[in-house]
Amino acid sequence: MSDAPEVRPVVTPVRVVIAICLLAPFVAMLWVGSYAKTDPTFIGIPFFYWYQMLWVLISTALTMTAYQLWQRDQRARRGGTK
Amino acid sequence: MNGGVNGVALTVFILFFLAVTVMGFLAARWRKAENEHSLDEWGLGGRSFGTWVTWFLLGGDLYTAYTFVAVPAAIYAAGAAGFFAVPYTILVYPLIFTFLPRLWSVSHKHGYVTTSDFVRGRFGSKGLSLAVAVTGILATMPYIALQLVGIQAVLDVMGVGGGENTNWFVKDLPLLIAFGVLAAYTYSSGLRAPALIAFVKDTLIYIVIAVAIIYIPIKLGGFDDVFGAASEKYTAAKAGGLVPPEAGQWTYATLALGSALALFMYPHSITATLSSRSREVIRRNTTILPLYSLMLGLLALLGFMAIAAGVKVTNPQLAIPQLFEDMFPDWFAGVAFAAIGIGALVPAAIMSIAAANLFTRNIYKDFIKPDATPAQETKVSKLVSLLVKVGALVFVLTMDKTVAINFQLLGGIWILQTFPALVGGLFTRWFHRWALLAGWAVGMIYGTVAAYGVASPTQKHFGGSAKEIPGIGEIGYIGLTAFVLNVVFTVVLTFLLKALKAPDGVDETSPEDYTADAGDPGVEVELPPATAGTSH
Repeated sequence: MSDAPEVRPVVTPVRVVIAICLLAPFVAMLWVGSYAKTDPTFIGIPFFYWYQMLWVLISTALTMTAYQLWQRDQRARRGGTK
Repeated sequence: MNGGVNGVALTVFILFFLAVTVMGFLAARWRKAENEHSLDEWGLGGRSFGTWVTWFLLGGDLYTAYTFVAVPAAIYAAGAAGFFAVPYTILVYPLIFTFLPRLWSVSHKHGYVTTSDFVRGRFGSKGLSLAVAVTGILATMPYIALQLVGIQAVLDVMGVGGGENTNWFVKDLPLLIAFGVLAAYTYSSGLRAPALIAFVKDTLIYIVIAVAIIYIPIKLGGFDDVFGAASEKYTAAKAGGLVPPEAGQWTYATLALGSALALFMYPHSITATLSSRSREVIRRNTTILPLYSLMLGLLALLGFMAIAAGVKVTNPQLAIPQLFEDMFPDWFAGVAFAAIGIGALVPAAIMSIAAANLFTRNIYKDFIKPDATPAQETKVSKLVSLLVKVGALVFVLTMDKTVAINFQLLGGIWILQTFPALVGGLFTRWFHRWALLAGWAVGMIYGTVAAYGVASPTQKHFGGSAKEIPGIGEIGYIGLTAFVLNVVFTVVLTFLLKALKAPDGVDETSPEDYTADAGDPGVEVELPPATAGTSH
């Protein structure tokens, strides 16, 4: 994503985790067949609806994780080059 | 709707409306800068907004009154298919997390006000920049018109606006007043007005949703009964259902993905983004904006409640306002209507500012008056913001509502076609400017023709946004199919043009511009009045 100094590899384990955090919601949400059903219901709400609402929270947590990791990654890189 | 005017609700509505009007005019004094006659000030609020203001502004901007009316209306009419708005808004945030900070940085460094500014700077092509600007303006106009449709729905249910037989002037007077006021404070306060009003709008919306989602199901006997009644209705009508059928899943997924890709191509989303103070503000916002998605999901459920509550309306757009009127005590119905009404004003103001900035920067300054001063730019932008709103008003008053909805649908397809130039350009300079232009044209033409050919039981053309995907055979979102065609053309033509050594255009940006943050060397915390692109 950024133009890293040559000494460090562009693809690092932390960056792979960041990518997974950001990609996971796409896999989960676009695979409609995995959640197009009514059971189990939650307080009367069919699975289809509460599952997607739950993913709002999950994807928020994932994006927050990606944000934290990215900041740490950037700080480490800046600290290492200056 | 029920004949009489709901006096209590109307009074509450008017009180809120007056309050935000005062706020709108006072906003001009909020964080006032020394040099107020520049487009950065009027059109981007001085690029000074922090995390919370940006959060309210973006939330107020993206989740419009029309969304609040249309999403539950779609559920009311068709069930599960309308719920795609939730995965759509889930996908938006991881997506913008990757590219929006880059756009912020490069725009801040070079003084870009619009996406077209960036495209021109990156690819050195006024033609491509014009294509992006025109697409943006065309896509935004019907969107503004739909905000008016949202206000109209509320006024109708409150009993003002009269019946079919009232004189047109009396009927449209409330709408005219609302829009006159909106136009006046946008003109005088610029982006600061919607930023301030967004606080009121979102607070009201959150309160209304929280109350509705608890109070209404209790009154209706719990969610079991709500969904039971909805299921019966869909079965009886032989349309829709509680889960999308096998055949509808492609449509559901492509609509969610296509809409997510398109959302931050809209000029008003970018205007709100660029008004923020730093790159971190944007990233932080991608982690707190999903709160609105949660609200949208809850709101969508109101569509089922409208069915269970026995709301019978011929126009599904009226379902939710009618549900509020039937279920809530009058005074709280007034609060709910105010939430929707103000919810229309905020995005309408931002959209008109965004469209005006596009016109000023990428048509007026690039093609008509290249030596325009910042003060002149601001003046033109202010005037155009008025024109855009008048245009939207005429649109809604003279044409059938379905025309605005059709164009909004087309607008979504169109705006998605600017994605390769903008997001592609943020990451790589590999694409050739002419290839991008050709790809854009292919996407625009395919999308328009395909949408024209979709019939529905009520309409011969523009009956929906999904159609069979050529080569796959499933029904999918036209915008996404057009987008794929667009990308394929762009890539193939880029190879071709590079082989032919077609002139590549000058790139005025450099790699480190894309990661610059406020406080970094070369990036002032407060943007200097004249940077590249706005130089005197």
